[in-house]
Amino acid sequence: MALKASQLKVGDTYTECLVEDLKRTQIVMYAGTSGDYNPLHTDEIYTMQVAKYPSVFAHGMLTMGMTGRMLTNYVGDGRLTKYGVRFTSQVWPGDTLHSTATVESVGSGLVNLTVETRNQNDVVVLSGYAAARVD
Amino acid sequence: MATDRFPVEGTHIMMFARSVADDNQIYYDENYAKTTEVGHIIAPPTFAQSSAQFDPNYFLRPKVGQPWFGSGKEATGIKREPSSGGGGGGLHAEQHFEYHRHIKPGDVLKAVVKPGKAWEKEGKRSGKLVFTETVTEYYDQTGELVITARGVGVRTERPVDAK
Repeated sequence: MALKASQLKVGDTYTECLVEDLKRTQIVMYAGTSGDYNPLHTDEIYTMQVAKYPSVFAHGMLTMGMTGRMLTNYVGDGRLTKYGVRFTSQVWPGDTLHSTATVESVGSGLVNLTVETRNQNDVVVLSGYAAARVD
Repeated sequence: MATDRFPVEGTHIMMFARSVADDNQIYYDENYAKTTEVGHIIAPPTFAQSSAQFDPNYFLRPKVGQPWFGSGKEATGIKREPSSGGGGGGLHAEQHFEYHRHIKPGDVLKAVVKPGKAWEKEGKRSGKLVFTETVTEYYDQTGELVITARGVGVRTERPVDAK
């Protein structure tokens, strides 16, 4: 269902849990579909012994993809006109993520949103914006 | 990711939706999709990133007969230390999409990559950071621009401190 401009006001928020206890297998699935097979995301031996990280970690684009689900559930299918993010902290297996869209402005058939995804320690892992057509 | 031919297929959209834990049936079920405002299956918002699958030279995919830097018998298949802590070409710092039209099964896209800006910054958790930007324009089978994507990659001097 698309949003109606008349029913939106600045400061409105919409929140979803994106994932609880992120599994390595989910990260493997994302590698497989996106085509980004960087071993940093799926190969614990390489990542710990060669790249010197504590474990594999999620593709930023997996977090952006899951955050995109929150956005399309909020604004409706095919309604996004812009969506952009900065990856501000890494996402690790075991993380639980919540994502929130906040209405920044509404007008002329368009809503502008700020987007933020946080982990279980309240650390912002993704920060960005989106714009969508509204009725 | 540059590619002359990125065919958008329903099966790929289904698997991509699963991989981002999205069970919205508009990505899976043609009959359901017909009942929606859009009227057909579309791709999730970040799907264009999977153009990597169709870039013949994409460097983060193992290629037949070529060494791969992931682990096998040893921790890495390439006998040299990575030049930066990021490993494998660095980390993804930013991604932006502008949708001129949402893509759907049957589209055949062409992705044209243009280099963007480059800049440096001193990071608290990882030493010197070198950022590079690329702009990717996705055109459909009629030559219409459907998505403009801007990505920023960062190479770090050492691995990013976990916390």
